[in-house]
Amino acid sequence: MRRQIPLLLTAIVGFVYIIQFFIPHRPFNIFEHLFTDWFLIIAACAIWLGVLNLLKLSLEKVYKRGKDWPYSVVTVAGFLLITIAGFFFSGGRQFQNPGTPFDYIYVNIFTPLSATMFALLAFFVASASYRAFRARTREATLLLLAGFFVMLGRVPVGDLITQWLPVGYRLSNLTDWIMNVPQTAGQRAIMIGIALGIMSTSLRVILGIERTITGGE
Amino acid sequence: MEFFEKLMSIDRRVIFLFVGAALIVPLFLDIEQKIEITPEVQTLYDAFMELPPGSKVLMTFDYDPPSAPELQPQAITALRLCFDRNLKVIIIGLWPMGPMQANLALETIFIEKKYLDREPIYGVDYVNLGYSPGNELVIQRMGSSIPSTFPRDFRGTPIEEIPLMQGIVNFSNLDFILNLSAGYPGTVEWVQFAVDRFHATMGACNTAVQAPLVYPYVHTGQLTGLSGGMKGAAEFEVLTGFTGKGTKFMLSQSFAHIIVVLFIIIGNIAYFVTRGREKEKIG
Repeated sequence: MRRQIPLLLTAIVGFVYIIQFFIPHRPFNIFEHLFTDWFLIIAACAIWLGVLNLLKLSLEKVYKRGKDWPYSVVTVAGFLLITIAGFFFSGGRQFQNPGTPFDYIYVNIFTPLSATMFALLAFFVASASYRAFRARTREATLLLLAGFFVMLGRVPVGDLITQWLPVGYRLSNLTDWIMNVPQTAGQRAIMIGIALGIMSTSLRVILGIERTITGGE
Repeated sequence: MEFFEKLMSIDRRVIFLFVGAALIVPLFLDIEQKIEITPEVQTLYDAFMELPPGSKVLMTFDYDPPSAPELQPQAITALRLCFDRNLKVIIIGLWPMGPMQANLALETIFIEKKYLDREPIYGVDYVNLGYSPGNELVIQRMGSSIPSTFPRDFRGTPIEEIPLMQGIVNFSNLDFILNLSAGYPGTVEWVQFAVDRFHATMGACNTAVQAPLVYPYVHTGQLTGLSGGMKGAAEFEVLTGFTGKGTKFMLSQSFAHIIVVLFIIIGNIAYFVTRGREKEKIG
């Protein structure tokens, strides 16, 4: 029963969603609203589950003095700080308003820290480009040239370098062409491939052929 | 020859140093750059300009602070454009931090001199409905009923008490959607559900990394305009006649791109020289 009931529920919900897409009328639209509401409730509960799981793992790591456990102390301390500030010292539901302690922590601690982490990517991308963008093969040369022209053409300096060329033949125009023609064609192929993959996997799940969602083999 | 071999195995900290300098130094320079407008951003701007005053615009903030340097200038420009043209703004977020980013954008705008005298009124000119978990299913639910998806705004006010939300049932009561997105859920999901399923009109502001993924939607007309990355932000600002962070930071981006391109050229020269020497040795 632990396997059959989830599979049955998946099949019912899956078929209802497929049918209501083509027949958005009673009773299918009512079921669709019902199932969507259920999903939204489950999604909200999943956030709590995620938070509790993070806390459990972090506290366990601190208790057992696992690898890099001091980072887990920071995680737990940060969680407690922002939760207590948000729940008890920021005016209840008004906690997101400007000037509250929650807002202060968000603007002055969370935002700069997360932006800094993301900004580091620029440095690693530069280093990786230096090592990876080598014209070793024909394909690599194509990628290198596309990256080269797009990087220059996406900033004003690209047009500055090629301003001696007539309008329509400058680097920004070449970049636009790369983005609009070969890039878009490639993206379309990827999107169609992904869509077909999602469709086949979804059908396998709905029909109960794919059973790994229930934790089985 | 040894020089080129050294170049091949250059310490990455040297590259970091050059990139850091390329990003920081331009912040103190006053060089004017000519920013060319791409058709995608022009279409997005035109879509806003074609909306009559009083039109209702749904702005979805689907990003968080890491993507703010690229998306926040676009959000500020779009909000300013809406307020200047007397368009009514409804804010939501499919990312937990999205509505907070919207608040930060609004704070930035409201301290400007022209808004100090006539600050847009909350609940009348704009409203922030907050975040709802559920990813694309939130969009699907909004297609049936926005009030049941967002029964209260982020302050806890029941939606029926908000003047701006009177008469808004679903996407058919909205004139335009602007999605500010840094990933999933984002523009792709909004196109698939709000545009394809419920025939909403939508434009998008994306990070530079995500923009190429949604280009096909621009070509098919599913997206009415696209502004991508810092360059898109700068173009959007040029069109609206406002110099914000998008335009200012373009100089840093230009310098950083030049540095990366130069390193790629140097790396390839070193690669070919050392490879030639290896071939000679084998020969």
